[in-house]
Amino acid sequence: MKWARTTAIVFLLAVSAACLLANVIAPASYAHQFREETNASPSRQHPLGTDDLGRDRFARVLYGTRVSLLLAPAAALLTSLLAAFVGGIAGFAGGRVERFVMAGTDLFLSLPWLFLLITVRALLPLNVSPIVSVLITFAMLGCLGWAGAARIICADARALAQSDFILLARASGSTGFRLLWRHLVPNLKPVLFAQFWISVPVFILTEANLGILGLGVAEPLPSWGSLLRELESFSTISGQAWQLVPLILFILVVSSFHLVLTKEELPV
Amino acid sequence: MQKGLAQPTIVWKLPAEDIDTLSALPKLAAKILVTVLIGGFLGATLVRLAPGFGVDEEELDARLSDRSIQALRETRANEPNLFVFYFRYLNRLAHGDLGTSRTLQRPVLQLIAERLPETLKSVALGLALGWSAGFLLAVAIVMSRAWLLDLVGSLLVGVLLCLPAAVLALLFVLAQAPARLLLGLVVFPKIFRYSRNLLARSSALPHVLTARAKGLGNMRVLVWHILPTAAPQLLALLGVTVSVAFTAAIPMEALCDIPGIGQLAWKAALGRDVALLVNLTMVVTLVTLVANSASDLMGRTFRTSEA
Repeated sequence: MKWARTTAIVFLLAVSAACLLANVIAPASYAHQFREETNASPSRQHPLGTDDLGRDRFARVLYGTRVSLLLAPAAALLTSLLAAFVGGIAGFAGGRVERFVMAGTDLFLSLPWLFLLITVRALLPLNVSPIVSVLITFAMLGCLGWAGAARIICADARALAQSDFILLARASGSTGFRLLWRHLVPNLKPVLFAQFWISVPVFILTEANLGILGLGVAEPLPSWGSLLRELESFSTISGQAWQLVPLILFILVVSSFHLVLTKEELPV
Repeated sequence: MQKGLAQPTIVWKLPAEDIDTLSALPKLAAKILVTVLIGGFLGATLVRLAPGFGVDEEELDARLSDRSIQALRETRANEPNLFVFYFRYLNRLAHGDLGTSRTLQRPVLQLIAERLPETLKSVALGLALGWSAGFLLAVAIVMSRAWLLDLVGSLLVGVLLCLPAAVLALLFVLAQAPARLLLGLVVFPKIFRYSRNLLARSSALPHVLTARAKGLGNMRVLVWHILPTAAPQLLALLGVTVSVAFTAAIPMEALCDIPGIGQLAWKAALGRDVALLVNLTMVVTLVTLVANSASDLMGRTFRTSEA
């Protein structure tokens, strides 16, 4: 399946490049309203038509994808770092520290985090700007998603802490932070990398769920959640197949993230 | 009964694994209680620390005077700190009072009692469908080793895993499909992928290969050699899927207009109804924990009896 992995990486790079160049490629700003052309069909000026407020759908798809593709990996990075910190220290220290930290992790895992997420998201200030809302949404995702990864990293760190090269490092005088930073963390990189790639599509999916429920990124800033929410009006304008483009792009991007991981790296 | 014969003493003796399971129950119940209490405290902490806590949409009402807005703020400032807030909440909880929903103006307990059965019904149906479809497809693929079936199953699961539950709910609304089936579609890919990998791994174990080499039929190999090895892990997955189904119930009920606790949570979130949200989080935590513990216990019992 190497070809599938390569194709997925190339596709993700192409989409990322297109999104980063959104300012150049998009025919208009994501918030600009063409008031005479609401719900317009695809044309040369608007390749994917316009939405019911007259905003260019192609521009919104590009900017929305940019928001998700920049911030979901950022949230995944935050999650991976938190998981590395918590799991790494627990696994390295072992004994009571490990038991205590893992009990906390189990507690965190048992919480229904979509419920918690909508609770905290619902309590954001009323006058929050779209940029701040998107940052808070993804920061929350990053802060709440570390527990599962921490368990895996703890198990790996525990195994590494008992390995021969760590014993040798200890014997040669390496202790504490140096041992952790110079010897343990570099060997945890593959598992951290896998956890990072697993988290990215999870966060994209969660943001989409929140966005469709009206609890995601605030308007007019587009995100995949708000773009997919447009499907609500799909039945009323039947036959407008171009409205499905964000959904198709979404499926392709998320499945590409799944394909990037090899079978061994995926959870069972 | 014949005279002269010693009356047999009937001793109700439970098997060792049952005694183990029974002795684990109080410990498990205590663990669940502590987790729910700490979970509730964490939920309350998050709510109190959220940047918009204490801000209400009512304050934006132009008809309200400064004094009315001040009065509104004072009613919310009655809980001086987090510990007092949570202690008072627990005290009320001990007396069966979960507070009153600010948006719906009804007791929270009443709202939950009305709506929880709807969600439980959807979750049960979803789990039954998801498990039957996912597990049976996995068994069919592993036992038949049909690559085409595997390919079709993997593609279907791949697409389903890329669709958020909310999009599935929208598609169900558009297609006017029965919404309660949706949870089955959310659970199905997870069951399928996990059980297929697990069964494939179990079917490659040396004792299974020996059984096949000795000429045992497919069904016998499955029932006597593959399933017993995979069962504890499959049972553990049961608890996880309950949690997945409850999470997916929020978009399903919100978008398909099913009056369950998912829809209640969504309405509470839109109306910034903190009391209702914290209570719902605790109820779902409790249900999830009970399901997880039950599946753990079943897995443990199974493992003990196997040994």
